[in-house]
Amino acid sequence: MIHEAVPTGEKDAMKNEKMAPGDKKASIAFKAGKLVFAALAGQKNDLAAMLNKAGKLSDQQTSIIRERAKGTSDKALAMRLIGANYVSQSDIVNSIQQFTLDTVYNLMSWNIEPFRFEDNTLPPSDRILVPIDLENVIIEGARRIRADQELIDYLPDLDMALKFPENPKEKFKGIHLGVEEWRVVSFVNPKNTIRQIAKANNMSELEIRRVVYGLEQAGLVMLVKPAADPKAASSRRAGSSRRKRQQPVQRDVVSKLIDKIKSI
Amino acid sequence: MQTVKMVVTGPFSSGKTEFIRSISEIEVVSTERGIAKGTAESEEKEATTVAMDFGRITVDDDLVLYLFGTPGQRRFDFMWEILAEGMLGFIVMVDSAKPETFREAKSILETFRAYAPTPYVVAANKQDHPEAWDPEDMRIALRIEPEVKLLPCVATQRDSVRDVLLELLYTILEEMD
Repeated sequence: MIHEAVPTGEKDAMKNEKMAPGDKKASIAFKAGKLVFAALAGQKNDLAAMLNKAGKLSDQQTSIIRERAKGTSDKALAMRLIGANYVSQSDIVNSIQQFTLDTVYNLMSWNIEPFRFEDNTLPPSDRILVPIDLENVIIEGARRIRADQELIDYLPDLDMALKFPENPKEKFKGIHLGVEEWRVVSFVNPKNTIRQIAKANNMSELEIRRVVYGLEQAGLVMLVKPAADPKAASSRRAGSSRRKRQQPVQRDVVSKLIDKIKSI
Repeated sequence: MQTVKMVVTGPFSSGKTEFIRSISEIEVVSTERGIAKGTAESEEKEATTVAMDFGRITVDDDLVLYLFGTPGQRRFDFMWEILAEGMLGFIVMVDSAKPETFREAKSILETFRAYAPTPYVVAANKQDHPEAWDPEDMRIALRIEPEVKLLPCVATQRDSVRDVLLELLYTILEEMD
């Protein structure tokens, strides 16, 4: 178990602030020397959530399945989804494995929260446990910690904005973007700060830094100072709904478009 | 610089990628993936769009039009609302030679209308196909209201694509009045 670090007001032997464990923040389980489970407190971590995160179920499918399969264990749900040809067995194994790994890699970037090891404590028996070798997890986790620090150094200020370069034609050739990258691309506008784009896309600071780094290195976007008051853009962009309010487009803009299209 | 966005949507294999390809000044940034062999879809075409297509028309230094093509298969519909955000208008592509897709086209049309009250037109694509339906017959089959423009289209021909885009822009202009 990993807990919230609560300052005690005392100093430890190294003269650092002494922390006491507060609310539970995350849990990881191991069995026979292998990683079998990881979850963050407050995060949906049922099978439907894992398949949704892996892109095997849409948001709509996930909410329908949750509603119809209330009280169904993950194992029983897996059987039903495989039987209904929604997903395959390997989809389920891979999704659980990836979800677990993503959670662990996230946890490995934490550096102050106290943890408590509880012997012989496993997740409930209705959970599907996919054993994962720890050696590669540790090596990859360490690599990510280094890479994450480099990303923070590269983009320390998330209140910067993005814009498209003047002539991305050559750079776009042969580039295949992932879904997360497309989500960011759809918000590229000097009026939106990177922090707002992350919030609108429900991405963590590291996730948005990683995507922006990739796009910027490929020459597909440029970092710029935000064009307008970030607070104004925030209220327009990052509300509870991701839907953007329609910007008023001037008549002369449409006329210009018509002239251009006519000339093609 | 101002950017405006139009969305090209429609059922699987209705010609959305071709439409954008025909008019975009940049090589379309496409997220096509191969379709698994042996599926019904693989008999129609070898690859399908999974996230979106992205095309661009630069008007001048201050104005750029982006064209976004949606994935046609329902299992990728999580992208639709994202792509619909802030659109100036949208085009619903319908394969005129595949009446079995009309119901799906109508459903997609209604979904996009629900996202935002923006102007739209319907493009009766593949009009060069020997089995293509007449656009007015399609209007009846699709139950498109008389005031909505249903335009003949051949997405592989730039002139035809240009005419559809122009009609959408005229509709946008009319709705501004």
